[in-house]
Amino acid sequence: MGPLTPNGIISTEWNYVIAVLIGMAFGFILEASGFSSSRKLVGVFYGYDFAVLRVFFTAGLVAIIGLLYLNYFGYIDYSVLYVYPTYLNSAILGSVIMGLGFIIGGFCPGTSLTAVAIGKLDGWVFTGGLFIGIFIFSELFNMEAVENFYNGNYLGHITIMDYFDINPYGFVLIFTLLAVAAFTIASIVRRRVKQVFY
Amino acid sequence: MSYINDHLRHVYWNPYFGGFMLGLLLIATFYITGRGVGATGGTKSTVATTVNAMAPEHAHKLHYYEKYFDEEKNPMNNWLVYETLGILLGAFLSGAISGRVFVRTQHSPKITSRTRLVFAALGGLLFGFGSQLARGCTSGAALSGISVLSFGGFIVMLGIFGTGYLFAYFFRKLWI
Repeated sequence: MGPLTPNGIISTEWNYVIAVLIGMAFGFILEASGFSSSRKLVGVFYGYDFAVLRVFFTAGLVAIIGLLYLNYFGYIDYSVLYVYPTYLNSAILGSVIMGLGFIIGGFCPGTSLTAVAIGKLDGWVFTGGLFIGIFIFSELFNMEAVENFYNGNYLGHITIMDYFDINPYGFVLIFTLLAVAAFTIASIVRRRVKQVFY
Repeated sequence: MSYINDHLRHVYWNPYFGGFMLGLLLIATFYITGRGVGATGGTKSTVATTVNAMAPEHAHKLHYYEKYFDEEKNPMNNWLVYETLGILLGAFLSGAISGRVFVRTQHSPKITSRTRLVFAALGGLLFGFGSQLARGCTSGAALSGISVLSFGGFIVMLGIFGTGYLFAYFFRKLWI
């Protein structure tokens, strides 16, 4: 039963081989979907290209539904899977700063790496910026106030089901309907917005 | 050949197909490793290693790197570093078969490439800082978090895209 590595079905020696292969698939899919282009990515904020919305929502839904099915049929132990922990303070402020970085820089870290790989200098510079941003954070982290804020309002490794006390299937249905509505609205907006060629 | 290259250069996958493939990859990643994907973890390891190489005493004083140098392990010997190398390889492969590998700066015709590069650096800096505060970026926190219905994953997704929409108007000159 999965997950394979945590359950000892694949030995840890294979970890790094698997890491490279998963990374390759990840990079390939992002680049092939056009995510190495900042002007394509940012289109989601101006209404001239909704690739980000379509790829992101589709990927999320496929993953959510697929993992729930694997769990339902007993192929994977859902309780072993790593759930990104919720620290309210840092998740909210951090994501707001990331959103600013996105609209100013035109990439997110994964997509900037794909731009680096195909020779886009703006991707190289963005990635350079990432290093500096991470460096600044690690320097500031020694201040007690920063570390306290970073660890503040910790809710644990909670899921949507824990927080809202709903069952996952009901939530998935709602999320799917929201996604379909978002796709439809996106298509309508895109037809009305002035096209941008890039 | 040049016709094929020019033709292919702007042809990307159908976004629903791309999303579907990305979803399958996330399922496979969770099935094999029990965790999702990431894009900033490898960068963080690189920063920690660089600081350690240039100023080892200083690096050991920083709490943020504590778990990297605790047992004198090499922070570059890390799952996410190998995965990051894979991202670069995979993206290069995809770009190469579609004729998209060449050196250039992509920017709106209304701004100079110099302006684009300055803002790209600034955006990268902000994104790097924010990703450390939030313990992950669009890949590690939002996408991987959402895959297992993490509450925090949804917050980060809403935070990133919500802020993008909120500030899009002020930075429109950069893009349209």
